[in-house]
Amino acid sequence: MQSTARAFTANARQALDDAKLQVALARFPEGFPVKRRLAVERLPEFEALRDDAKEIKDHVLAHLDYYLERFEAKVAERGGQVHWCSDAEEARTLLVKLCRDAGATTITKAKSMIGEEIGVNDCLEEAGFKPVETDLGEYIIQLRHEPPSHIIAPAVHLSKDQVAEAFRAAHKDLPDDRPLNEPQEMLDEARAVLRRAFLSSSVGITGANMLVAETGSIVLVTNEGNADLTQTIPPVQIVIASIEKIVPTLEDAATVLRVLARSATGQDLSVYTTFTTGPRRSGDLDGPQHFHVILLDNGRTRMLGGEFREMLRCIRCGACINHCPVYGAIGGHAYGWVYSGPMGAVLIPNLIGVDEAKDLPNASTLCGRCEEVCPMRIPLPRLLRKLRDQQFEAGQVPPLFRYGLRWWARLARWPALYRLATGAGVATLGRLGRRKGRFRKMPFAGGWTNARDLPAPQGRTFQQWWSAEKGVRQ
Amino acid sequence: MKVALFVTCLVDLIRPSVGMAAVKLLRDAGCEVVVPAAQTCCGQPAVNSGDRADAVAIAKRVIDAFSSFSHVVVPSGSCAGTIKVHYPELFQDDPVMARRARDLADRTFELTTFLADVLKVGAIAGRFDAEAAYHDSCSGLRELGIREQPRALLAGIAGLELQELKGAATCCGFGGLFCVKYPDISEKMVDAKVDDILASGADAVLGGDLGCLMNIAGRLSRRGVPMNVRHVAEVLADMTADVPPVGGREARGSA
Repeated sequence: MQSTARAFTANARQALDDAKLQVALARFPEGFPVKRRLAVERLPEFEALRDDAKEIKDHVLAHLDYYLERFEAKVAERGGQVHWCSDAEEARTLLVKLCRDAGATTITKAKSMIGEEIGVNDCLEEAGFKPVETDLGEYIIQLRHEPPSHIIAPAVHLSKDQVAEAFRAAHKDLPDDRPLNEPQEMLDEARAVLRRAFLSSSVGITGANMLVAETGSIVLVTNEGNADLTQTIPPVQIVIASIEKIVPTLEDAATVLRVLARSATGQDLSVYTTFTTGPRRSGDLDGPQHFHVILLDNGRTRMLGGEFREMLRCIRCGACINHCPVYGAIGGHAYGWVYSGPMGAVLIPNLIGVDEAKDLPNASTLCGRCEEVCPMRIPLPRLLRKLRDQQFEAGQVPPLFRYGLRWWARLARWPALYRLATGAGVATLGRLGRRKGRFRKMPFAGGWTNARDLPAPQGRTFQQWWSAEKGVRQ
Repeated sequence: MKVALFVTCLVDLIRPSVGMAAVKLLRDAGCEVVVPAAQTCCGQPAVNSGDRADAVAIAKRVIDAFSSFSHVVVPSGSCAGTIKVHYPELFQDDPVMARRARDLADRTFELTTFLADVLKVGAIAGRFDAEAAYHDSCSGLRELGIREQPRALLAGIAGLELQELKGAATCCGFGGLFCVKYPDISEKMVDAKVDDILASGADAVLGGDLGCLMNIAGRLSRRGVPMNVRHVAEVLADMTADVPPVGGREARGSA
């Protein structure tokens, strides 16, 4: 996917001016966050489960090579094939080859963020295939030719009307008098179209929520069952997953599942949780004849050896996004690439380069809500600060802020000079602001005063008062 | 008990009355208050902007200035959080300074937690006639676990009724330099906070961090909404009759 993360500030402005998006975002705090809280309250051992889940992922990341090879061996043992790809280009080339080998025309696809990373739909269309997204949200945004705005709720930015509009534009056989006002009516319409796609599909592409090393299984969770139809109907199944998705055992997978849905949607468990191991065996009633797993690196090993390793614990639940006040203000598209919210602000610079996404680590108040709800206890604010450290060191901070900070820091290190300089300023501002108690405009403070009044200083510093009071200094 | 006050730069420069209130509260609780002259800013802007060299230099100054006190009290959750949580992280490659930073972290307390948890001060008597929304600032709430302490102290204030905001745990959009670097997003966030406050029916806003209070008060007054915005220390020290609210020109809300 092409990134627009460089234009973050403009993207954000556009999002703030988008009335329909703002209506959708305004509903957000009442949805997932409330459901998550209730789910967590129902499960007293939730905090302990978070610790367990974190430990599992830390252990895997410390022994990733071992578990990946074990997974590969198990997949092979069960008649499947693992392919290793180091970047998106390799993955695209391989994917097209596998689809050609399968003689595919229509390709059904379940939701996959790795699919977004490598731009699966565009590359398949260019190669002459007809990829069809089967997750309802993904299907809607595929019709609208736009990327997801949320990792678990890709069309959360849209209103009912916009969805109906997209359906009417794309489904040419849809009679004009057929009502599309209620979610159920739209669901029925999508279901009818997708059913045809499922039955004519020759390749099913899915992601994976987890890869289980001890059995070579893939784990998929959905609320629509579309991933199950994607992987059981077509003769060829291709799983695309990044290498950090691995867990050692089925038991470990169960632990992660217990925190995943609760953190994401506040469900105890997603409606469908499916473990798939290898292709159809003789005697099986369904399942693919060919089973491929594409394991994608795309920057993960670089993160594994560096300061951002903890980000690889992420299980893509979206809890940090759901609780992020910045995401709540601007939505997901403003971030400019596949991911969004706090996890995106850490992941995007790591995967496409800090240069390409300069604003993302900075566009956060570091309020800490994300870390508080992350089931894998990823210290997102600390990782954002680390990215800022790197940017400052690399000279990527705008001069005004760089010199402003330096000037303030110099002053802060010399208390006598600091008191001299600030005391005079405070006295002047205090005098000017005395009548109203606030300023509507202030030179060099437009960032503040464009939207807010600036409370006026009281006119003398605390230090001046303390000295006048002859307060104790030592 | 001898207590050193770290005033914080915002309180020192913009609203010294918060510092005066802190001094009164500490003295009332039986403490001897000392204000070391060699203090300025805790360096949070540098810490949060990736300016590690300056952050380290400022932290060293603060650690030196407060090395000889058994208790350091700060009338701000985010500045106390900088000292308690982030100073030790700054010195990960310097074992001697890391130990000194951890030592200062252990001796440093945000004002309301010091009064409630260390000195075991119960409800404080005073008067403030208001229906007030309490704004839990993010750093205080999540880095230091400050929530119940200010509410317990305020329980003795006559005329005060506290309202819990629906989005009590949501950031107000201040975020230090964030609000000037990303003013559009910050404005949207503070508007959400202001809407939440208005929906609660409150006529006053209390909090423990001047930065957030200036942000909220500044937006309220720009939107033309009169509101009595106060640092919690001023209410606890019963100073509201003499000191105008944040961004206001005359005292209101107090008899």
